[in-house]
Amino acid sequence: MAGRTLYDKLWDSHLVTQRDDGSALIYIDRHLLHEVTSPQAFEGLSLAGRTPWRLAANLATVDHNVPTENQAAGVSAIEDPTSRLQIETLDENCDAFQITQFKMGDLRAGIVHVIGPEQGATLPGMTVVCGDSHTATHGAFGALAHGIGTSEVEHVLATQCLVAKKMKNMRITVTGPLGFGVTAKDVILAVIGQIGTAGGTGCAIEFAGEGIESLSMEGRMTVCNMAIEAGARVGLVAVDQKTIDYVKGRPYAPSGQDWDLAVAAWADLQSDADAVFDHEVTVDGTLIEPQVSWGTNPEMVTGVSGHVPDPQMMDDPIHRGAIERALKYMGLKANQPIDSIRLDRVFIGSCTNSRIEDLREAAKVVDGKRVADSVIQAMVVPGSGLVKEQAESEGLDVIFREAGFEWRDPGCSMCLAMNADRLGPGEHCASTSNRNFEGRQGAGGRTHLVSPAMAAAAAVAGHFVDVREWL
Amino acid sequence: MQQFVQETGLVVPLDRSNIDTDQIIPKQYLKSIQRTGFGINLFDDWRYLDPGEPGMDHSTRRINPDFVLNDGRYAGATMLLARDNFGCGSSREHAPWAILEYGFKAVIAPSFADIFFNNSFKNGLLPVVLTEAEVDTLFGLAGTETPIELTVDLGSQQVTGPEGFSASFEIDPFRKTCLLEGLDEIGLSLKDADAIHAYEARRRVEAPWLLRD
Ligand code: SF4
Repeated sequence: MAGRTLYDKLWDSHLVTQRDDGSALIYIDRHLLHEVTSPQAFEGLSLAGRTPWRLAANLATVDHNVPTENQAAGVSAIEDPTSRLQIETLDENCDAFQITQFKMGDLRAGIVHVIGPEQGATLPGMTVVCGDSHTATHGAFGALAHGIGTSEVEHVLATQCLVAKKMKNMRITVTGPLGFGVTAKDVILAVIGQIGTAGGTGCAIEFAGEGIESLSMEGRMTVCNMAIEAGARVGLVAVDQKTIDYVKGRPYAPSGQDWDLAVAAWADLQSDADAVFDHEVTVDGTLIEPQVSWGTNPEMVTGVSGHVPDPQMMDDPIHRGAIERALKYMGLKANQPIDSIRLDRVFIGSCTNSRIEDLREAAKVVDGKRVADSVIQAMVVPGSGLVKEQAESEGLDVIFREAGFEWRDPGCSMCLAMNADRLGPGEHCASTSNRNFEGRQGAGGRTHLVSPAMAAAAAVAGHFVDVREWL
Repeated sequence: MQQFVQETGLVVPLDRSNIDTDQIIPKQYLKSIQRTGFGINLFDDWRYLDPGEPGMDHSTRRINPDFVLNDGRYAGATMLLARDNFGCGSSREHAPWAILEYGFKAVIAPSFADIFFNNSFKNGLLPVVLTEAEVDTLFGLAGTETPIELTVDLGSQQVTGPEGFSASFEIDPFRKTCLLEGLDEIGLSLKDADAIHAYEARRRVEAPWLLRD
């Protein structure tokens, strides 16, 4: 028998029943919930008179809508009534169904994909789902993790299972070593630039190779986070010693005898040497430079030393049209050098890049410098209350504030602008988030996806610069 | 869940690839705790010239005359035609809710993003995958002065239209049955409750740390 991939192993160990029609029921170990995609699921559950199958599998928090200023004032102080109602609805649902929730203002609250790993609620070998496409993040732990829709949220609550069909196996090998000053964000943007936003459709992508192994757990989370931007619901990285060291001692992680059993079992969480993948891609990690997106989807990206492309050079009319439309929306000219793009706002945050290492990297760049006068606003939004607390204990908040950054409370914030943090029409933003779609950060806003270090340098310079020259 | 058996209707040609869920239904409308009310804001940023917020009277907003959905010829359309990777981006089920509420019953494209594809079936919206060439042909037919009608028949897995257009599509049998019969998936899965309990019992031995309460 041929060897199995990591994804095959995770699938096999969670298969409850395989049906004749090709669908299967797979068991879900961890279900994360937030306020936006759950209200209709709870409503459906109540209407059908059902209760959660296994309460302890669920963990909820509020993140998408929360204001990032003055969270201490509590939910009743949220100005937008629709946001407030959505947050109150989650509070009520969690109370009614007795689901553990980190409510707004709880130090443990934050972006759902930051708090899962932070709490040890995401463990190697688990299946993890959440009504949010960036659930792929948790695959960095060798967990089978992906986003689901609201009907599926209800299904998981009611049955602890998901109706699923096995995906294809894809492996992306990033060779190494990565160049000086090149981060996980640059790696994943370069990968998406190479394979495209639909490159991984229908697949579980395992990221492998020296370029991935050399990353910290936080870096691997950044990579897996954006698997969805490459079209794949699932991103995976094999378990190694870094994974185990990261998980150890976290509140929800196993301890004592359970810990020893778990660590022994996790040794198998990697693809067998003779496993066969449906698709294999190799990306030369040694050639990756800091990346900047110039268009309106994440494959429209290039190295900082590059140029905005010229649609006239494209043969395919659909592709040419897409680039022309993107340049028009972004207010950019063909062949314009990337470092000539000026920024109006800078956002450091989101489930892609709001963890402590991200904040350290950005702080290192801005330390002792000032945000350019031409930049209207530069903000740092930590991924969780605990990340914020850690950063403050290291004095990072002072570095950011003295440089002219705003230091905010945790949440999704300007990643999708559901709260008050957003771009004005036509404004260019250097953003450490994951989506540069039209209007994503505010109607008419223009998003450029970059790493935290690149965003920090851009804030200081007022335009994109190669951060490697600053390190 | 809404049933889907066969539909005949006008086709709106939306000639773009990578249409993401932020375009289908922008995030400000995701604050709703209801399942309904999203149709009026389908493709909000493209459809209206002024920015929209939840709770406003959308009937008084300025319409973008250049956006295909606002072309009077397509009033009452039930088929949406688009290019590659339709529905990419976030997992919001509000996207198929908005599309259905607007009146579409099926979306035809060469490829769909996985989560959107999955969410559509849960709500009785049929995503139909045809080849690039077939979709090209349809854009050619639907993009002319007179709108065209297509028929999508789930039972025979066929799309038929003018000028002898006929194409077949794939669909997995479980989804097909659920759509044809409008089945409640949760109810179906709960029929396997014994298997779920048996799985849990086995895992309590194999991986006890995962099932501690
Ligand atoms: S930070 Fe952005 S991408 Fe991540 S969960 Fe929040 S809204 Fe989604």
